[in-house]
Amino acid sequence: MAAYFQDYLLHLADNAVILGQRNAQWCGHGPVIEEDLALANNSLDLIGQARLLYQHVATVRKDGKTSEDLLAYFRDVPDFKNYTLLELPHSTALTPTSSGDRDYAVTIGRNFLYSALMVLVWDALKSSADAQLAAIASKSLKETQYHLRHARDWLVRLGDGTDESHARMQAAINHLMPYTQEFFTPSVMETAVVKTGMGVDNRTLQADWNTLVDEALVQATLKRPAAGGFVTTGKTGIHSEHLGFVLAEMQSLARAHPEAVW
Amino acid sequence: MQVDATPSLLRLPDGPIAKKQPNEPFYAIWNLLESVADPEIPVVNLREMGILRVVRQTATGLEVVITPTYSGCPAMSQMEDDVVNALSQAGVAARVLTQIAPAWSTDWMTAEGREKLRAYGIAPPHPSGCGTAAANVIQFASKKVAADATMTVLCPQCGSENTTETSHFGSTACKALYRCLSCLEPFDYFKPY
Repeated sequence: MAAYFQDYLLHLADNAVILGQRNAQWCGHGPVIEEDLALANNSLDLIGQARLLYQHVATVRKDGKTSEDLLAYFRDVPDFKNYTLLELPHSTALTPTSSGDRDYAVTIGRNFLYSALMVLVWDALKSSADAQLAAIASKSLKETQYHLRHARDWLVRLGDGTDESHARMQAAINHLMPYTQEFFTPSVMETAVVKTGMGVDNRTLQADWNTLVDEALVQATLKRPAAGGFVTTGKTGIHSEHLGFVLAEMQSLARAHPEAVW
Repeated sequence: MQVDATPSLLRLPDGPIAKKQPNEPFYAIWNLLESVADPEIPVVNLREMGILRVVRQTATGLEVVITPTYSGCPAMSQMEDDVVNALSQAGVAARVLTQIAPAWSTDWMTAEGREKLRAYGIAPPHPSGCGTAAANVIQFASKKVAADATMTVLCPQCGSENTTETSHFGSTACKALYRCLSCLEPFDYFKPY
């Protein structure tokens, strides 16, 4: 049972660190300087949340060698338990007019769908049977509310914007929505921690998440696509081809210079 | 960063902490720490920011408890070092403990700290009310809410109510960018947390 709880903490931490790493890829490349700063700040919050969760795993494990750095930098693809949605690239051309290898609509769409889930998850985890996880949840909730506000505002601005921004925002949501099925498909690890009162069953949050998503999409004049097809399995360690590239970039320095300090 | 894994063991005070008086416990220590400024906003000290929570004697020595503002605040280890240095210069050995529960809130800033922020050109935060329920988020996003009088951010330069948000995120995680439509000056707003 204790192992499942550690896996659950890793799932929450890996979500935060992988999206933090992805959003940090905009640093120096933002469409406008305010958004460059916004995404860097968003990453800082997510990496801060991941640190608290990794430190908690190390404390729970009590083996004297696990550390936040070991967990972030010295695990490989099958060990990571993040949602597949979060490791996807900022995407390639989804509409005939988009170019380059980053589409800001995809970044915004992903941050919106994930933050809308996490405000509900953190709010529920404030009453986790594990006191430290409850403490981390209270802190993370405040930050995630800002992330949701930011992403939602841009979702509306782009959706209810020009023909071009509307088409690209719609294409991004169509592309991303199927991956959200993973949020609400329980895994063995989640089922176990729900029983102990330490974790939350995301299916109990699904109606509220739908409301958050639907209201925003209506305001953005976007259509909600059907989320059918393959249900991704990132949280069980079976990932898309993209995660390896994220980890290679994120882990290379720590692996080239283990235990380096400055 | 060393984080207390058993937050339930230590109850932190809620709300702003007033300047300690000479008859209060650990007055000398609190007084020394009055000189420790926030690394990113040097006009306010850690007590005025609500970051410095407790000074206490433990079995292993003197302990100063601080709480992070944002989870990823890069200034936390700097603050730990600054506290230890300020005390060691006065010949006092202490360890710094970072505890995250209850979560820091901008409501913990002192009135004096808020006034110092305003004088420095940063609009002080509104009462937070955030972090209470996810339902709050729905209100957050609407532009109509921003026009609500209770959400008006006063320009720290000219005091005008006629201001507009440029960006949710500013130079640090804790601030948003605003612009005054009266005096046309841009300014930072310390976000309620």
